[in-house]
This record gives sequence, structure tokens and C-alpha cells, in this order.
Amino acid sequence: MQRRNSGFDMSTPLIAAFALVLCGLILLPMTWLAYYSVTDKSGAFTLANFKQLVTDPVLLEPLLTTLTIATLTSLICCVVAAPMGWLVARTDLPMSRTVRALVTASFVTPPFLGAIAWELLAAPNSGLLNQAYRAWTGAGSDSHLFNIYSFTGLVFVISCYTFPYVFVLVANTLDRIPGDLEDASSILGGRAFATARRITIPLAMPALLAGALVAFLQAMTLFGSPAILALPAGFHTMTTKIWSLFQYPPKAELAAAAALPLLLLTVALLRAEHKILGRRGFSVVGGKTGEPRLVKLGALRWPALILCIVVMLCPVFLPYGALLNATFSKVASKVVSFDNFTFHNIEFVFFELSATKLALKNTFILGILTATICTLLAVVTAYVTTRKAVPGYRVLGFLATAPVAIPGIVLGVGLFLSYTRPPFVLYGTLWILLIAFVTIALPAAYQQLQTGFRTVHVDLEEASRILGATRLQSLAHITAPLLRTSVIATWCFVFVGVMRELSAAIMLFTSETKVISVLIFDLNESGDLAAISVLGLMMLAITYAVVILANRVPGFGGGVRLRNT
Amino acid sequence: MRQHFSRRDVLKASTSIVASTVFASPIRAAAPPPSSATPELIAAAQKEGKVVWYTSVDLPLAERVAKTFEARYPGIAVRVERSGAERVFQRIGQEYSSRVHAVDVVNSSDAAHFITWKEDGILAPFVPEDVAKHYPAEHKDPDGQFASFRVWLCTIGYNTDLVKPEDAPKSFADLLDPKWKGKMVKAHPGYSGTIMTATFQMARDLGWPYFEKLAQQNVMQVQSSADPPKKLALGERSVMCDGNEYNLFQLMDKKSPVEVVYATEGSPIIIGPNGIFKAAPNPNAARLFQIFSFTPEAQQLIVDFGGLRSVHPQTKERPGHKLLKDIKTLKDDPAGVAKQGEEIKARYVKLFKV
Repeated sequence: MQRRNSGFDMSTPLIAAFALVLCGLILLPMTWLAYYSVTDKSGAFTLANFKQLVTDPVLLEPLLTTLTIATLTSLICCVVAAPMGWLVARTDLPMSRTVRALVTASFVTPPFLGAIAWELLAAPNSGLLNQAYRAWTGAGSDSHLFNIYSFTGLVFVISCYTFPYVFVLVANTLDRIPGDLEDASSILGGRAFATARRITIPLAMPALLAGALVAFLQAMTLFGSPAILALPAGFHTMTTKIWSLFQYPPKAELAAAAALPLLLLTVALLRAEHKILGRRGFSVVGGKTGEPRLVKLGALRWPALILCIVVMLCPVFLPYGALLNATFSKVASKVVSFDNFTFHNIEFVFFELSATKLALKNTFILGILTATICTLLAVVTAYVTTRKAVPGYRVLGFLATAPVAIPGIVLGVGLFLSYTRPPFVLYGTLWILLIAFVTIALPAAYQQLQTGFRTVHVDLEEASRILGATRLQSLAHITAPLLRTSVIATWCFVFVGVMRELSAAIMLFTSETKVISVLIFDLNESGDLAAISVLGLMMLAITYAVVILANRVPGFGGGVRLRNT
Repeated sequence: MRQHFSRRDVLKASTSIVASTVFASPIRAAAPPPSSATPELIAAAQKEGKVVWYTSVDLPLAERVAKTFEARYPGIAVRVERSGAERVFQRIGQEYSSRVHAVDVVNSSDAAHFITWKEDGILAPFVPEDVAKHYPAEHKDPDGQFASFRVWLCTIGYNTDLVKPEDAPKSFADLLDPKWKGKMVKAHPGYSGTIMTATFQMARDLGWPYFEKLAQQNVMQVQSSADPPKKLALGERSVMCDGNEYNLFQLMDKKSPVEVVYATEGSPIIIGPNGIFKAAPNPNAARLFQIFSFTPEAQQLIVDFGGLRSVHPQTKERPGHKLLKDIKTLKDDPAGVAKQGEEIKARYVKLFKV
């Protein structure tokens, strides 16, 4: 015991410093946001911004549109994801691992890239699907099957890349429901579907509700897809409106006021989700039992699989195909043939486009730094909270989770307001983006590592400390090696998240600090679809390389979420 | 203190400055003597190794100009930062107010921006030899801070697979025909300097009621004036209400089924000057790039590859392209755009919803 006290335990000041850093990350931008929202151009107090927000149709309409989109998306996601989650987790669906992998694929596909790919597929006249429709039916050149530049089109595309959130929640819950209860139902004479209706569905209901809320949240805070699809159709959502308020002449005060409802709604929804999921405990009383018993689908096995594959056409196969086609075609709306095959697009992106190299470099620097910093922050915070190591550990846990309630675009606005003025002028540097990405990625990283820590028994650390190690030493020599897989998975997960981040980056980039996602967005505004396809496929290739690396270590992707951008 | 400056504030200040200096011309800074690409300048530029060009010209053309410069002066990498002129203007304003000096040379399709930058005193007076010797007076700033790098028109266009020549619109008035409802594409004055300039000229000459009616035509709203021609080429829309003549020329070179229409009312004329900044991080490379931009070599490139118009008398217009003097154009008035820019954006958003 004497030896233990002889070395100064660095953990207390270090943790205090951590708490300060976390506080600064969140408090500074949110304070400026609140300040701007109640001031006018001259800096005097006013409530005029909020008044304009609820009276000016130019602002009110996007708010209503956004809420409608979010509600519809949430419903669609539940209708699609719940049966699929059940099929994959609780039935003898063939190739269920492949279906899960495909859902992961749509999970990691950046939604803005999916939106652009769907422009290629379902623009009313030039879209490949509409062309095919006209060719098959002989319909006139005016008719079309789909119009992606529409409210419906936008809801569809958002749903494509939001349903994995619901799927993951539902499937994970169903995976964990023990077979006993269902067995009991069968023994008492319940047929397969009666069992599903009376046992499985009620047990999965909290997860589904939580999924619905998460889907609502994602759809509400999404920036890329509406900017790409809604603007050509002539309407705004809340996120695109906030962004447009920053264009010349910028109206920062109004933007701040418009960002606050998004923030408050997010906080409220997350609280609701927490409440619902918090009750989930009752459903698995009895702890671990045998493998869940799989429902035999019989003759429906293959039709069910085909249904799943058809669903997966929308977020994965069709968009990837369209991007691949546009990469090698002289005209993005023409199917590749011997006549119009070209390597020019690839050549252009890699040898002529002078922004490619810089954007790639910035993306990698930010990805690696963010992943490393987030993982470190998350390791320490998760350690402190799971081991209850210091007084006030709850505050630390709260601080690490709090950014989850800040939508990317709101954080972007807040950081922009905070760091373009003294005392901290970080605008124009990679630092401001680093701060944004760390703040955005921290909650998920923390959540994932917290789960990891729970699997390492505290006895091992205590043994080390009894033998004289300080807390940090025992963390470094005992806990860290045991946690290696979780740490690698978290790192990869954050890296992938940074690659696809757009909504905060779009507010914060300068020409020197452009990242790939912003470059793709820029190219979309000038209609350079072929260049986007090349960059998009490259982005997907890097993402998959990282995901595959992470998947080699267990524990990736379970219950954590990438944020929509 | 707020960092957001307003174009109107700047102008208010500037008009008073102009009024007070009109009679004090003897002490007013005149254009500096012309400069050429001397070996010393080239060496100094090569030492800097790079130049950053913010431009709103269509990306492939911008990169082609960059690559040609790099081939001419090895060791100096050009980084093109392309966005809509209104975005470029906003970006530079934002960067400068945060003391980020990243831009060396700027090219904007909204000539009004140069009025603001000049009044802000952030442009460097510098006159390339070609500009001094060959450029007409109306295409260069008397104080030597900028000159017309490119000239083009904002035109109507159509897809020849979808519209027969005899059915194609001939005038802006024709675009209000119900038969084009849902079939047109249009770019945005909040993004594109070309469209900002064109909207000013058209609102002045045709009146806002034209735009009010156009807004009822269910147009597809894109951002860049380079995009409507591309949407025509894809076959996504039959007719473009506005957009770059030069992109249509480029697409026609590639055998795309598109055609230019010069509206009978007159086509808005767009001027895109080039200028360099006092606080340019690579001042010598910036000067060299500015000199290069106005050489017959570069100017012929933007004509031949880009489909743009050049005011350099040593360039040759491409055969088949109607000469500028033979086309009815609306009158350009950058000072008018500078005055009304914000109002135009606000009115446009009200009419077109985005």
C-alpha cells in the first residue's frame, strides 16, 4: 500500500483536464449559438429572429416540410426494417449473413453519394430507370416512372440510407431474446405466427420504437440529400435553409435561431429514445440461455430472400451500378457500350482536378487524427465511468454523450460562430474541422468502448494496482491490451464516419481545408456527375477497406451508429 | 464587432470616396507600368512553387488553363478553387475577415465583385503587357487592378433530340409558353455570377413580371450556369432558360445534341475579369499567372477549348461561332449589379422558393 501512494497518481488532474476539454467542445459553440439567436446585426438583444422563424413562410415552410419528411421516413424505415430484422434474426432465411452484410453496406454508404447516384437512376428524363421504363413500355418521351426531384423522391432516398439504423436496433434485440419464451409459447400450442405475434413482436417493440425515433432524427438532421434533391425541385428543408442563410449576404443571427429548434427537438427525441430503451431490460429477464429458436419459413424461404435482395437493390446495387456506369461512360445518362466507353473521367479526377490531392490529404489527416483523438478520449472516459474511478464520473460520461444531441449542421453553425472571431480564430485551419469531427464522433466512440470495458473484469486491474501500479499504468499494461479489439474497431468506425461527414464540414471548410465530401458536393453544384462517380467509388473503396479491417475484429457495428450527414 | 460586411455598406462608403476624389485626380494612383514575364519574375515564382486561382469558370476549362500554365512554367503548381462566383465572393469575404489569405488570383463571372474588392482596397494594381498593349479601354480597369479575362453570353439552349429546331424557343417570351412547363432547367443567381448578371440585365430590360411568370413554369432549379447545358446534354430537360453559351459550344464539340439560341430580346453579356490580391500568399506566381492569363496563348485556349470569347485582338474566333458583334446583347452594367445584387437575390428566392 505504501508503494502505491509513493508515485503521484496523474489521473485526477488529467481527468479534470478532460472534463474541461469536453466542456469547451460543447459549451463554446452552443453558447455562441444561443447568443447569436437573440441578438440583431448590431449585437443588441432581440427576439425578432424567433418571431421571424415562426411567422415568415420562407422559414416556416421548411420546418414543416422537414417534420413531414422525418415522420414519413421513420414510418417507411420501420415497415421495411422490422420484417427484415425479424427474417434475419429469427428465421431460417437463407444467406442471412449476406443480407446483414448488405445492410452494413448501405449503412456505410454516404447518404449524399446515394442521393447523387439516385439522380443518375431516377431523374425524370435522363434517369437510367426511366429510360429503361420508356424503352420497355414504348411510353412517350414525356412520361416517366420516377421523379427523384420531388418530395416523394427525397423521402425515398433518405429512407434508403436510414433504414439500417432501425434494422440494426431490431435485429440486435431479436438476436438477444432468449428462445425459452418462444419455446414456452410453442409448447402451450401456439403456432409459429401466434408466437411471433404474442411473444417476439412485443419483446421487440421497444427496439422498434427507439428505431423509429432514431430514423426520425436522422431524417430531420440530414443535409446532403435534401440539398441535392430538394433544391432542384424548388423546396427547402430546415438544414438546407440554415445553410442558405450563410450565403451572401450572411444572416448568422437568423441561422442561429433556426438551428435551435433542431437542437431542442433532437434533445427531446433522444430522451424519449433513452426512456424507451431503458425499459428494455425487463424483456430479457432470465439472462443468457440457448440460441434463439429459428422459425421455419418452409416454402417461403426463397421468396423471403428475394424480397430482401429487392429491398437492397435500392440503397446498394442500383446506386453502385449507376456510379460505376457514370465512371466509364462518356455521358452519365448513357449505358456504357463500346462506343462511349472512356477512361477520361478517371484520368480527369486523378491527373487534372487539382483539388483531388488536397482533399484526399485533408480527409486522411482529419480521419486519422479524429479517430486517434476520439479513441483516446473515449477510452479514458469509458474507463472512468465503467470503473467509477473518480468522483463526478457521471459528469464525464454525460459530457462525452452530449454531442449526440447536436445535429451536424447545428454544430457547424455553432463552431463557425465561435471560431471565426476572437479569442479563437481557427477558421481556415484544419483545427476547426478536427474539433467538429471529434465532437461529432465522440459519443459513438464512447458508447462502443463502454461496452468493451464492461467485458474486461475489474479484478485484473485491481491485481495490478495492488502490485503497485498507478491507475494509468494499470490502464496501459492491463486494460488496454485486453481492449485492443474494441479499440481498433472504434478507431475504424470513427475514421469511416469522418470520411462521410458533410453537414458540419460544409459550414467550416475553406479552399485550403476542403475534404472529399465537400469536394463531391461542390462538383454536384456544377453538374460534374462523372467526376463525382469516380471520387464516390474511391471513397467507397476506402470505406470498405476500413470496414473489412474492422470486421476482422469482433464487436464492430453492433449497436453503434454512424451519423447521417 | 461583426465580421460580416455588406456590399451595400461598402458601396455607400465608396460613393462618397469617389465623389471626393473625382477632382483630385492628379494624386490618384494610375495604372502601374506594364509587366512582362521576365526571367527574374519566373525564378521568383518558381521559388514560390504554386499559385491558387479562385475562379467560377467551368471546372474542366479551369483545370486546362492551369495545366497549360504548369507546362509553360514548370515547377509552379496551380490549384484551382472553383465554385459559383457568388460563392467565391462570399468565401473571399469570409476568409479575409478572418485574416485567411489563401487566394492569389481571382476570376469572377460577376464583374460587380471587382468594384467591391477595389473599393475594399484588396486588389493589387498590376498590368500585364498584353493588357496594356492590346486590350480595349472598356475591358481594363483604369487603375490597373483587373481586366476582362473572358467574355461570353448567357443564352437559351435546347436539346436537339427532344426539340425540333422549328419548335425551339426564339425569345425569352417564348419560354413562358405552357408547352415548356416542367421541361426547363435554370441556374441560380445566388450561386452563379453569370446568372446574377443576367438576372440584373433581364429584370432591367424585361421587368420582374417576366420572372414571376417564369417561376410558374415549374423549372428545374440548378446552381451553376455551367449545369443547365449539362442537363440538356444528359437529356434531363429539353430547354434551358439560362446558362453558359460556352458550355453549349463545348458540348457541341463533343457531338452532344444541344443547340444555342440567342434570344430576340438580346442575350445578357457576361464579363469575367481576372485580378490579383495585395495579400496574395504567392505574389510572384500570382503576377506570372496574371500575365499568362492574358497572353494570346491562354486567350486562344479559352476560345478553342472553352468556347469563350476573348477581347484580345490577336485571338481568332472559331469558325461556326457567331461573332459577338453580330449578336444582339443586353447592356452590361457591373455598377448596377453591385447596387442591386442583394435585392435581386432576395426577390429571386421569393419567386422561385429556393
